[in-house]
Amino acid sequence: METLITILVGFLVMIAVYLLLSRNLIRVILGTAVLSHAAHLLLMTMGGLKKGSAPLLGEDAESYTDALPQALILTAIVISFAVTAFLLVLAYRTYKKTGTDNLQQLRGFEDE
Amino acid sequence: MNNILVMPMIIPLLTGIILVFLRHYIKTQRVLGILSSIATVVVSVLILHQIQQEGILRLDFGGWLPPYGILFVADSFSMLLVVTTSIVTGILLIYAFSSIGKQYEHMFFYPFVFFLVAGVNGSFLTGDLFNLFVCFEVMLLSSYVLITMGGRKIQLIESIKYVTINVLSSWFFLMGIAYLYGTVGTLNMAHLSVRIAEVGQGPLLTVISLIFLIVFSLKAGLLLYFWLPGSYSAPPTVIAALFGALLTKVGIYAMFRVFTLIFYHEPVITHTAIGVMAILTMIGGSVGALAYNDIRKIVSYNVVIAVGFILAGLAISTEVAFQGAIYYLIHDMIVKALLFLLVGTMIYLTGKAKIEEMSGLIRNYPTLGWLFFITMLSLAGIPPLSGFIGKVFIGQGAIESGSFILLIAAFLSGIFVLYSLLRIFMNCFWGETIINEDDDVPLKKGMLVPCILFAIMTIAIGIGVEGLAPYVTDAARTLMNPEIYIDAVLQGNR
Repeated sequence: METLITILVGFLVMIAVYLLLSRNLIRVILGTAVLSHAAHLLLMTMGGLKKGSAPLLGEDAESYTDALPQALILTAIVISFAVTAFLLVLAYRTYKKTGTDNLQQLRGFEDE
Repeated sequence: MNNILVMPMIIPLLTGIILVFLRHYIKTQRVLGILSSIATVVVSVLILHQIQQEGILRLDFGGWLPPYGILFVADSFSMLLVVTTSIVTGILLIYAFSSIGKQYEHMFFYPFVFFLVAGVNGSFLTGDLFNLFVCFEVMLLSSYVLITMGGRKIQLIESIKYVTINVLSSWFFLMGIAYLYGTVGTLNMAHLSVRIAEVGQGPLLTVISLIFLIVFSLKAGLLLYFWLPGSYSAPPTVIAALFGALLTKVGIYAMFRVFTLIFYHEPVITHTAIGVMAILTMIGGSVGALAYNDIRKIVSYNVVIAVGFILAGLAISTEVAFQGAIYYLIHDMIVKALLFLLVGTMIYLTGKAKIEEMSGLIRNYPTLGWLFFITMLSLAGIPPLSGFIGKVFIGQGAIESGSFILLIAAFLSGIFVLYSLLRIFMNCFWGETIINEDDDVPLKKGMLVPCILFAIMTIAIGIGVEGLAPYVTDAARTLMNPEIYIDAVLQGNR
């Protein structure tokens, strides 16, 4: 199971890199979003998937699942949400101001 | 257990939140801002003193003992940086009062400065790798807002680059954390150090350490600095000064922490990589500083050179070199803030940014000219000023460990720093004046006073280095001997 998820993470990173390298601003932002999902999935996988019961004292189980990766992912998801929202607004403002969302044309404004 | 430790992060955070609600009361915002900065400085100095008496302090949040909970750890190294950050921010706020303008003050400028400081101080204090990531994000999100604030075309374009590259490096950071957690099963820095020492830093862990090297290089501007000059020259003066003084330093701090505490077993690979990158950074920064005519670009490239110079100290990795790097780090935070302020003031006074368009400023504004002169000497490392002691110690460390290439690169970069600033000085301050007495823009007192305060600080550090020495020696000793840090955090319950 872990191997499968790791391969999936690899696929997501591949898609993210493709999107990040494109010229369209929205695609770049989507790329960062996909990349963040890949990172979250990797965090989850690294903690080990489905090994025991819920980590509560009442559960009399042989082994417990590690709860830490989930806490980490929760934090990371909130952060990635905030950053993506900010980037989208930034892209919109930039488009309004410059009239283009093509990164090739957004370079080299030497002066105001 | 020591609750005072959380204050350097909590005070700015609460101040920021309160200021959000005081949007329309600019006077109140200013007063509260200054009071809160003073409070942060006082608290940080108190903690720094306490460390000298009681050793490294720690605060376990919620009473969860390490390695299980998240904790703040304060050693001399982190507290020295927290103190400097708080002082620099306080002085920069004074400059902001007279320069930033109503529009910015209404658009939550002060709250975001305080959120930024909260993130920076949190990054310096945390003892947990994931918490470091979170504090980095707090700092970065505030910096995203500050860099776009005002919404000029150039700011928006540069900030897209800045935000994208930082988002990318953040997710690299997260992947590094995931791999590290999967390999050794902990994220507490002291515990990580113990576990890695137990299993040995094999090829797998070294590769993970290189991921962290990439992440922090992107944040600090070590070799991967291509985004830096553009984004640091776009925002208004105060914000650029805040970035130039604080942001790259957090990356440098994280690099020191990670490569002295956690991944210090394979210096042949990691520290050599840092050394090579430092040399290339100094070369690239010097080329950039000489190539441009825009004074904002020139000072931004000076930030890059300093990053290379400080990390040369990490690459050499002896106690003396660490001392030098710490001295230089403190010096650089102060003097870079001063340099950005001076350059911003020059642009404010003349309305121009190219060196060939300015001339003879020293006739109209003698104080400004002499301040620039002091800054230049300080950055070049002339004895009575603060840059000198750091350069001496890094040089001594390099000679002791036989890293002569680093030594040559470090000292040549000093000459390029001097030359690039001399170019500004000679072109802009000397020569025939271009401004007549009639349309002479008056230099506001509120702009001059912060610059003078910074100049006094650089002179005071240079002359009173004896007073700083015990703290820096202690900080370098802790960096050199990770056991001190580990013992203070884990206290036997490994």
